[in-house]
Amino acid sequence: MSENKKKRTLSDANLLLLITIVVFFVMYIGAVVLLGGGFRKAQMFFNILDANAGLVITSCGMSLVMITQGIDISIGGVVRLICMSCAVNLELQNGNPFTAFLIAMGIGLAFGLVQGFLVAYLEIQPFIVSLAGMYFAKGLTTIIHTNPISVTNEAFKALRKIEFILPGLGYYNKKGTYINTTIELGSVIALIVVILMFLMLRYTKFGRNFYAVGGNKQSALMLGINVKRTKFMAHVICSLLAGFGGFIYFMHIGSAATSNANGMEMNAIASSIIGGTLLTGGVGNVIGTLFGVLSLNTIQNIVSSIGLDDAWWTGITIAAMLCLFLIIQSVVMSRTRKK
Amino acid sequence: MNENVVLEMKNISKSFPGVRALQNVDFRLCEGEIHALMGENGAGKSTLIKVLTGVYGKDEGEIFLKGESGAVSIRSPQDAQNLGISTVYQEITLCPNLTVAENMYIGREKGWRQNWKKINADTNKILESLGIPAKATQQLSSCSIAIQQMVAIARAVDMECKVLILDEPTSSLDEQEVEKLFGLMRDLKAKGVGIIFVTHFLDQVYEVCDKITVLRDGKLVGEYVIEDLPRVQLVSKMLGKDLDDMAEIKGEGQEYTGEGAGTKFYEAEGLQSTAGISPFDFYIKKGEVNGFTGLLGSGRSECVRAIFGADHVTSGKVKINGKGVKITNPLEAMKNGIAYLPEDRKGDGIIGDLSVRENLILAAQVLKGFCHPFSKAEAEKAADEYIQMLEIKTASKETPIKSLSGGNQQKVIVARWLFAHPEYLILDEPTRGIDIGTKTEIQKLVLKLASEGMSVTFISSETDEMLRTCSRLVVMRDRKMVGELSGDDLNQNKIMSTIAGGEA
Amino acid sequence: MEKTAAKKQNPLSGLLHSQMMIPLVALLLLLGFNLLMDPTFFRITLGTNSDGNPVLSGNLISALNNGSELAILAIGMTLVTAATGGQDISVGATIAISGSAMLRVLCGTESSPSSLAAPIILGFLIAVLAGMLCGAFNGVLVAAFRIQPMIATLILYTAGRSIAAWINNNQLPIVPGKTFTYFGGFIPGIPMPAPFLIAVLCFIIIGLVLKFTNLGLYTQAVGINENAAKLNGLKPAFIKILSFVILGVCVAVAALIKCSRTSTINYSVVAQNIEMDAILAVALGGNSLGGGKFNIWASIVAAYVIQLLTTTLYKFKVSSDALPAYKAVVVILLIVFSAPVVKEKLSELTKKIRKPAKEVG
Repeated sequence: MSENKKKRTLSDANLLLLITIVVFFVMYIGAVVLLGGGFRKAQMFFNILDANAGLVITSCGMSLVMITQGIDISIGGVVRLICMSCAVNLELQNGNPFTAFLIAMGIGLAFGLVQGFLVAYLEIQPFIVSLAGMYFAKGLTTIIHTNPISVTNEAFKALRKIEFILPGLGYYNKKGTYINTTIELGSVIALIVVILMFLMLRYTKFGRNFYAVGGNKQSALMLGINVKRTKFMAHVICSLLAGFGGFIYFMHIGSAATSNANGMEMNAIASSIIGGTLLTGGVGNVIGTLFGVLSLNTIQNIVSSIGLDDAWWTGITIAAMLCLFLIIQSVVMSRTRKK
Repeated sequence: MNENVVLEMKNISKSFPGVRALQNVDFRLCEGEIHALMGENGAGKSTLIKVLTGVYGKDEGEIFLKGESGAVSIRSPQDAQNLGISTVYQEITLCPNLTVAENMYIGREKGWRQNWKKINADTNKILESLGIPAKATQQLSSCSIAIQQMVAIARAVDMECKVLILDEPTSSLDEQEVEKLFGLMRDLKAKGVGIIFVTHFLDQVYEVCDKITVLRDGKLVGEYVIEDLPRVQLVSKMLGKDLDDMAEIKGEGQEYTGEGAGTKFYEAEGLQSTAGISPFDFYIKKGEVNGFTGLLGSGRSECVRAIFGADHVTSGKVKINGKGVKITNPLEAMKNGIAYLPEDRKGDGIIGDLSVRENLILAAQVLKGFCHPFSKAEAEKAADEYIQMLEIKTASKETPIKSLSGGNQQKVIVARWLFAHPEYLILDEPTRGIDIGTKTEIQKLVLKLASEGMSVTFISSETDEMLRTCSRLVVMRDRKMVGELSGDDLNQNKIMSTIAGGEA
Repeated sequence: MEKTAAKKQNPLSGLLHSQMMIPLVALLLLLGFNLLMDPTFFRITLGTNSDGNPVLSGNLISALNNGSELAILAIGMTLVTAATGGQDISVGATIAISGSAMLRVLCGTESSPSSLAAPIILGFLIAVLAGMLCGAFNGVLVAAFRIQPMIATLILYTAGRSIAAWINNNQLPIVPGKTFTYFGGFIPGIPMPAPFLIAVLCFIIIGLVLKFTNLGLYTQAVGINENAAKLNGLKPAFIKILSFVILGVCVAVAALIKCSRTSTINYSVVAQNIEMDAILAVALGGNSLGGGKFNIWASIVAAYVIQLLTTTLYKFKVSSDALPAYKAVVVILLIVFSAPVVKEKLSELTKKIRKPAKEVG
């Protein structure tokens, strides 16, 4: 018995995280070696990160909710609503980036409070609550404004342009000029959010409560944890991160339309699952989620760079990857159950 | 209140819909005492403990704790924790996805940040002092169940409690671990902690306890000092039969003498399932009523579940009417004429939201096939017939079964299997938690069925029921078959001594 | 409570206690609202269409017509919900797959053929097969791998429209000939819209299936108590997969109607958001989303209620894009009032209000 125990020093959570990270590196290194081209340049990696900074932040929130055995599919709608609201504020109401940011966080907080209350205190299935939330947000977006808005606000444009040069990662182009590798402000913020979330979840009592509730609700209650409040907080934080991530996403695209962030919730769920967050709750790690987002987008880049650039391949590859990781999870968990 | 008494529960009553789980129960626990709480299943032990730990609210009664003036109110597990009552449950109530140290400390301290280094160091110290082979940073799910249980105990012990409740903590521990736990309990006892110990292992009670309180049918039987209550006495108190008062009750049914009488209907050799019972041999004759007896957790249910294919059967040979067959799932068992009324009526028996009629025809319907439903008239006729035959009290045959009383629910399930016309009927605790009238009816029914040629296995926690109905008893202890009694050996004395382990 | 229910066994009180109550009340509320606001809402006229066939038109007819796909899907969704306690969110995407497969058969590889490449019935059978395959895929993930239904169906939700595009090489073939348009329009000589007739046919079929097989009993048994079902010889995994496969057939029928309406298919928008409405129909029909007892007829009525709500909102000039916001409000109100916690609180409240009144009396 103890023999058996020592062999399995790698816990399920770490195993899932490890699989994700290995898959990402194998995929990326494979792309560098076999495809070359853009993949040889560090900028490619940072472009992927820049384009998905918003998704990284919202996915962190999704992972948090999933750790507590919940789900929130409203975040795509919330992000869309935020883009439109911020754009209207900046363009039609003479707002500034700061008021836009406040609006974004306010919308996130409102959704979080309502959905969290319904899920935690009225014990309604999170899927149904957030489904309604998604449709409400999407519908509200078109009520606010229907036409696309391109933001021309100077202060906001200046904010969008902020980027950082990464020393030593640049390259010389054919003419011999040194091209710097840069990273956008949004990506830096996203990485900071990931680190803060990681530390919160890993080292604070507040963070560990989420795992306890997701691992076994009944036990958590017996151990003296306020289960309802913990679930409520998970939804509030998730929606706040959706607000924050929505603003970063808006900063990256610099315009708003009623088709923004389409399917973002599904990408966030897929990223979390690929990153090793278990649907059954209690297991998950935002570092894994970060790698989930990167894996998902790297494979899309690979698919398009090997010539399969028809739009449908994206959906199929994401789904295939999701399916694969779901089955891995199912197998890993059933192995644990048998033990 | 006596100086020495640390906990006193007075006049505790608690009802659930249809069941009076506790009726005016008193319980007293002194400082530095290990107090066994004994009783068969349904006696009210768990309910009493859950009332004490705030999982259930009580209907009546008061709880007094040393150091608290007046009766205390315990509304949640947190309240109990804060009042110095810690509990270790049979089911492990820890979070397997957290580390050992986190499980020891989560939910206990206020504040946002925690000093994990200190917590881990403290945890390691405690684990070491208790001799638990686990590390603070290890994930709990990577520990064996026994160690998880020890961690739960360590958590409870570390919380400086006045009262420690151990609710069947030893069911997953091996002998050495049990010894370790006993050592720990004696240490705590020396420190003045009052310990309530719930177990169904009699050896353990006599090894470590000072006093015994026995409950039966939600009522207090009595509180005894351990020296005054020998084993057999204890068993008889739990089962509700005095040794002196054991008039033999012979079966009133007639023996089956029809076709094939005396031939073995079912025969198994080396049957084993994943539920953790030792391989066993078993047979039943046509028209015979046999029983499985033994205390709770002795493996009675697991045996019959293996016969019915309800658990995953790993090995063994099975013959029906002398012909070798394979029974690996319930449908195959049913097709071979076996029926099984499960022990857990609510979890495995009734389909709560469906009507009495639908519940009643289910098994026969499955045997009849997907595309051949009973017509409404057939189903209603069957329902009416069995409702009348078994005197099922229900508003109508369309009433959802969950709104019936426990006894009537059980009758519907019995009717379900009778309607499927089996040749071998297994009844696992059919009389648990139902009123006396229904109990006798079910016993009479069993005898009647047997006299008509049906083989019946009848399991009950109440020995007199078994004596009244069974002609042969298989005795189980610690998941093993340890004996078989028939003929003159079928009496309370012999059964109790076999259950208790030989020494009468 | 049982006793009072038993005493008053007249049809009206039976109806009052049945699940049908919720959708019927919603239906009456909507109709009443329209009657108050604008009685012309109920006007039905008999005219002729461009081919000279008699057709009925009016708001009610259009609700019956446009609600058909939803009502058909509600049948399968109710079964899936009952058996698994979860919902299939991939139905919109699988309609795209199934429709695309049908068009691939009917048009061959040409994008705008002059004649049909295969008989319509063959195309439809292929669509059914595609729908059943998708259902089986979802079912296996749910039953064998024990993945929550909503997450398992997330895979096809993500990939479905892409697979649909891939089947036809991203082209939007146009089905030639008039016959194909009948299924989504009008069959010559019959003034009722054909989708409604197809839906009624589906209701009759499911009605017969429920009457002549044990589908209903088995599904409910598995949904309510899987352990007990297993001990009675049922195979829960099989029943769950079966419910998904039946939903697949419903999806194929819905795909036929959807494609026929336009003679083509637009992968990215066909049947968009229909999964939300289908789940809503199940919930509005009073069926527990946690599985167990179900009433398909209540779901079907609820589906038409939802369509009528849509028609009404359109009538009041709500844009189609903003529609989800209003529906979401209805859904939230509905689930809040049907939540067990809220029900409990409300009944406590009514008891408190009643008690003093009783003491006075």
